[in-house]
Amino acid sequence: MKKLLLSSIVVIIGFTFIGRLSYLQLFRFSPDQILDDPAIKKIYDYPERGYIYDRDGKLMVGNQPAYDVMVIPRDVKPLDTLEFCRLLGIEKSEFINKMEKARIYSPRLPSVLVPQLSKEDYARLQEKMRHFVGFYIQKRSLRYYNTHSAANVLGYISEVNEGDLLNNPYYVAGELKGRTGIEMQYEEILRGRKGVKHIQKDRFNRDIGPYKNGKLDTLPEQGKEIHITLDKELQEYGELLMHGKRGGIVAIEPKTGEILAMISGPTYDPNLLVGRERSKNYSKLHYDTISKPTWDRSILAQPSPGSPFKTLNALIALQEGVIDPNTKFTCYHGFYVGNTLRGCHCGGGVRNLNSGIYQSCNAYFAGVFRKIYDKYDSTDEGMDAWDKHIKSFGLGGYLGTDLPTGAPGRIPDKEYYDKWYGDGRWAASTIISNSIGQGEVAATPLQLANMTAAIANRGYFYTPHVIKSVGNSGAIDPNFTTPHYTTIERKYFEPVIQGMADVYNYGTARWLKIPGVDIAGKTGTVENYIRVNGERMQLTDHSVFVAFAPVENPQIALAVYIENGYFGARYAGHIASLLIEKYIKGEITRKDLETRMLERTLEREYAKPYTGEPFKINEREW
Amino acid sequence: MSGKGPFGRIDWITVILYALLVFIGWINIYSTSLTDTSLSIFDFSTLYGKQLFFIGLAFLGVIFVLFVESSFFERFASIFYVVSIVLLLGLFVFGKKIAGATSWYDLGFFNFQPSELAKVTTALALAKFLSDIQTDIRTGRHQLYALTIILLPALLILPQPDPGSSLIYFSLFFVLFREGFPLYYLGILLVTVILFATTLMYGTVWVVIGLVTLALLIYTFKKASLKIPVLPVIGAIVVSTLFSLSVNFVFEHVFEQRHRDRFALWLSLEKDEKKLEEIRKTIGYNTYQSEKAIESGGFFGKGFLEGTRTKGDFVPEQHSDYIFSSVGEEWGFLGTATVIILFSIFFLRLIFIAERQKSDFSRMYGYGVISLLVFHYFINIGMVIGLLPTIGVPLPFFSYGGSGLIFFSMLLFIFLKLDSNRLKDGI
Repeated sequence: MKKLLLSSIVVIIGFTFIGRLSYLQLFRFSPDQILDDPAIKKIYDYPERGYIYDRDGKLMVGNQPAYDVMVIPRDVKPLDTLEFCRLLGIEKSEFINKMEKARIYSPRLPSVLVPQLSKEDYARLQEKMRHFVGFYIQKRSLRYYNTHSAANVLGYISEVNEGDLLNNPYYVAGELKGRTGIEMQYEEILRGRKGVKHIQKDRFNRDIGPYKNGKLDTLPEQGKEIHITLDKELQEYGELLMHGKRGGIVAIEPKTGEILAMISGPTYDPNLLVGRERSKNYSKLHYDTISKPTWDRSILAQPSPGSPFKTLNALIALQEGVIDPNTKFTCYHGFYVGNTLRGCHCGGGVRNLNSGIYQSCNAYFAGVFRKIYDKYDSTDEGMDAWDKHIKSFGLGGYLGTDLPTGAPGRIPDKEYYDKWYGDGRWAASTIISNSIGQGEVAATPLQLANMTAAIANRGYFYTPHVIKSVGNSGAIDPNFTTPHYTTIERKYFEPVIQGMADVYNYGTARWLKIPGVDIAGKTGTVENYIRVNGERMQLTDHSVFVAFAPVENPQIALAVYIENGYFGARYAGHIASLLIEKYIKGEITRKDLETRMLERTLEREYAKPYTGEPFKINEREW
Repeated sequence: MSGKGPFGRIDWITVILYALLVFIGWINIYSTSLTDTSLSIFDFSTLYGKQLFFIGLAFLGVIFVLFVESSFFERFASIFYVVSIVLLLGLFVFGKKIAGATSWYDLGFFNFQPSELAKVTTALALAKFLSDIQTDIRTGRHQLYALTIILLPALLILPQPDPGSSLIYFSLFFVLFREGFPLYYLGILLVTVILFATTLMYGTVWVVIGLVTLALLIYTFKKASLKIPVLPVIGAIVVSTLFSLSVNFVFEHVFEQRHRDRFALWLSLEKDEKKLEEIRKTIGYNTYQSEKAIESGGFFGKGFLEGTRTKGDFVPEQHSDYIFSSVGEEWGFLGTATVIILFSIFFLRLIFIAERQKSDFSRMYGYGVISLLVFHYFINIGMVIGLLPTIGVPLPFFSYGGSGLIFFSMLLFIFLKLDSNRLKDGI
């Protein structure tokens, strides 16, 4: 017994130890512990974000360095605080406050003391930095905008939030990510891929060298540059013209579907969302709920299209064979629905297709609309046929543009009216407003521009897009290079286009002709209502214009929508005319027209409903 | 002296095991103290360089031991003991304070720790006293003498403060047990520890209920022929109850908070999971980190010099007391199991050698050596892998430190020297 005592103890201890070790090393061990190993820190090497160029290779977005002043509290030696604060441009109390925060965060790890110094401050500070032990300057890359325009298309980048971190394991807190526009849509292309270095840390969290000599490390992958379809000059010019006006403009190159300009008014300078003032500016933009500068009206506003919609009804009627260009309707300064007279501004008289379009005669199109429905035995069938044609122009649904936001517009179908009125309790006359683009139809400026491009192409369109080429390979989504055909045969377009051309020759836009350029267009004047404090009130009509030019070889198709701009030929027509001239000729010959658009604003009009007093609408300005 | 010289009858198996342990220990010290600026392994500004130097010194010490006449140790055992007691006393005056404990003499090139020397001399003195022809361990007076020999250095070391080293001297009781010291002392010790732990864990009431139930069960199921007197059993229960009551008093009023925390951690006294985790990461920081490091090694380990936690110096004292955590992280279960098995074989071999001694002194000294080594090994590894509360003792042959390595080596080789002469000196 006593001889075996110690041997037994040794054996028991041995088994106990091996048992405990099996528990620790075999049972509790899990292979992915490296992820939460406090001894390994990942540090990232961020590649430069890709540049963005316009269609002609002009730089729109690049990068610029910014300089953060960093501090490691423990390393700080006594310093001339006043001098340092003067160089940093901060108050002493702020300095003391920030130093305390940094110390609380960690005495051994760097904290940002002053973020994003300007180049000038940086230059002044850099020389004297050696006097301030424990502080250093860290370079960061910020976006640099070579334009004051296109904020709505380019979008901005900002730090990832908790949602992003949950949804995409790629991101780590503090990283930047495209938040809207192209920056968001082409995030992965522009961003590239960050490199990872694994650093071995000690228990004080200090770096003590690479982990496994960098075997697991990866190199950063450069972000690719992209070319977009915008014409920088046209975009900038359009935004200039939009000064003081609300609305949206979209210009498309019909033969490719490339978006030449996409303007929303009011907008903001993209430079506002870069640098030290970023959050202040962002709040200001975000909380402006009346003019909504961050709301892209060119793709999100969905007003009734108004008269430009008439061209589609004419095309459908021709395709359905219910009219020919000579079919006539008489306008009695309006038309009757039952016993009610609906008004018309065309002047009255007998209208055929041509004059119906260029005089924008409501009575003519009401007649055309009825005829489409009369062809079929039931309203439902007529509705289905009409619906199919309209939707083939890209209306009433998302277009599939390469921008992260968008709106579907609205083209009602029979289910819509069945729900509204009850099955069988509506007819063409009930929904006659759709004939003139009022009523239940709604479209975004982008959809209207695309519709115009389809007319310019005589029957097809390419999905509008903003990407022109990516990096060196250039390839883009094949969806953007496949034509989408409308349900209207090519031959029916000519008489309608002639009518649109005559809008400039004899019609509503005859004052807006551009010398030497044939344009086809259509005005629109859209009644609209808003609610202010629960009270429905009518505002001055929206001014809408669609056009393409030149008529025979269209290079540009556009839609202009100006809120409360009154007649289509007014603000929208003027702006459309100027943009077409700018794009095709490169310069403006009609300086008076240009000056008027640059100077006139609609601020007074927009203020009306908020004065709290009765106001007049549709006042004549000039 | 036999014609075969000083190395003639040395037990080479033990020597090889010893050399292996020292080598593995140094490899791990190298890994824990290696810095980026890789210097020569002989650079004495590094811990591994110094340890290499200490290994050299230990080798010299071993050579010295082997050349000395083996009867020398027996003859001068008492004097060595007195010298080391004086050295321990001297610490109160001349001691150098390192890491809060006044346990060292500053010899300039080397800090000398007399408590390490005292382990050797106490083992020798105890063996000498017990092997004396006039000593009878069964008499109370001689038991008291033996206890004094063991406890005197322990008492002197305790206030340094170095409770870990002090505790180590208790291991020498195993020498007494081997030589006829009644085993029920060990039983009482064991019962005391169990009562202590269970009282803290479950409270006095449950402990008493448990004891009574146990007694009743024994009476119910014992063979009819077996007579167990009732009174002593009741007496034992009463004493146990009183002890159990005193435990609470001692725990609350005599122990300091840091001691309470260690027990709270070890016995999982804190029932609130969150608070327990908090204690684990603060009070139990060392154990928490060393467990994590060992755990992260898995079966195969991360590889030599690849231990991230070792390199990050996350485990405190990982080159000395916590050296085993580095084995666990870099060499995995394979490494830790190998080290445990090596130690076990080493100890069993030493027990075998001790038992074959013809000289009582040699055997008793051998048992002293083994008890000391086993106790160190048990407390150290038990602490590192989280089985025992934190008690600072080095792992023999492994942990960084000059005094430790040199005196452990001399402790061992004195025994091997005695063994090599067993045929000649056996009386």
